[in-house]
Amino acid sequence: MSDWTLGLLLVLTAVTATAVVLTRNPGRQAMVLSAYGLMLAMTMVALSAPDVALSQIGVGTAAVPLIVVLAIARCERHTQREAPRGTHRPEDDARDGDRGRSAPDDGGRGR
Amino acid sequence: MRARLTVLLAGAAMLVLAVVGVRALIHLPGAGDVAHPYGARAVAAAFHHATANAVMSVTLDQRGFDTLGEEFVLLAAAVGTVLLLRELTAEREEEAAHTYGPEDVFEAVRLAGYVLLPVTLLVGGYVVVHGHLTPGGGFQGGTVLATGLYLAYLAADYRALDRLRPPGVFDAAEGLGAFAYVAVGVGGLLAGSGFLADWLPWGQLGKPLSAGTVPLLNIAIGIEVGSAFVLVVAKFLEQALTVPEQAAEEG
Repeated sequence: MSDWTLGLLLVLTAVTATAVVLTRNPGRQAMVLSAYGLMLAMTMVALSAPDVALSQIGVGTAAVPLIVVLAIARCERHTQREAPRGTHRPEDDARDGDRGRSAPDDGGRGR
Repeated sequence: MRARLTVLLAGAAMLVLAVVGVRALIHLPGAGDVAHPYGARAVAAAFHHATANAVMSVTLDQRGFDTLGEEFVLLAAAVGTVLLLRELTAEREEEAAHTYGPEDVFEAVRLAGYVLLPVTLLVGGYVVVHGHLTPGGGFQGGTVLATGLYLAYLAADYRALDRLRPPGVFDAAEGLGAFAYVAVGVGGLLAGSGFLADWLPWGQLGKPLSAGTVPLLNIAIGIEVGSAFVLVVAKFLEQALTVPEQAAEEG
């Protein structure tokens, strides 16, 4: 592995790492984090550490962004569900059956 | 005021870290073919026990006890996550009537999921059982196996995934994997050499059955890590999907 390749990979790692910090939307950040993880893994391969690179890809590029995206999905739906509650009482919704614009009648099960 | 103090403290800490770090780094042996006192001994010990992958020899043979600690850190983390996210199980069962699936996924992505699911599982299994020969091992293979399983969700839907991944089985497998690691270690005690000693026949370097206990420990870790990841992602997926249909449609 030539120094030139290693240098390029290090620069790419630094650039993607900066991109992770500068991405403010958490959903997009998870994707950028994944790309950064891949760059980091390639750098590890270049430094003859393929074992660590495999762990890095498994955890940093696949599992962590997946968990982050799932958590964001949960939070977004949760806030969307919570929002109309301030204006509609759940029992009102249950009575007039207006499901199109109001909160579903989950009876406060969600938290 | 507080923000300035934070910046000041962080700056001071970073400065100390930079000075100490650079001082430590300039005295490191160079990368590549330079003889390294620890590396030379570790590689010799790995060859002595017929372990072709010297890294695996260090993590599972020479320093097997450290890895035991790491394995239980992961076990504790996974159990903690599953425990914290357990609350909405009742809700999930009520919502189970709805089919939640990635309905807006491109057909090409589905096809890729179908094609890659068996390939990924095969690669994961290969990485686990060849840990003592080639780069990889139980941890790496376990994560590949676990994340590969979730391609079923991408390719089909939640029900298909649920059938492929009965949580009870993985609950049991996670504990069993952790137990198996300790059991192999105790085997060393019974064989008279010591806890986590490489007490099985070492065999011939580079052969599938070589390196003594290392392949067994790799399989134990593969089962434990794979199950832990499956369970943790399952809990997160459950949380993401167990929202009444209406809210999901609005999203």
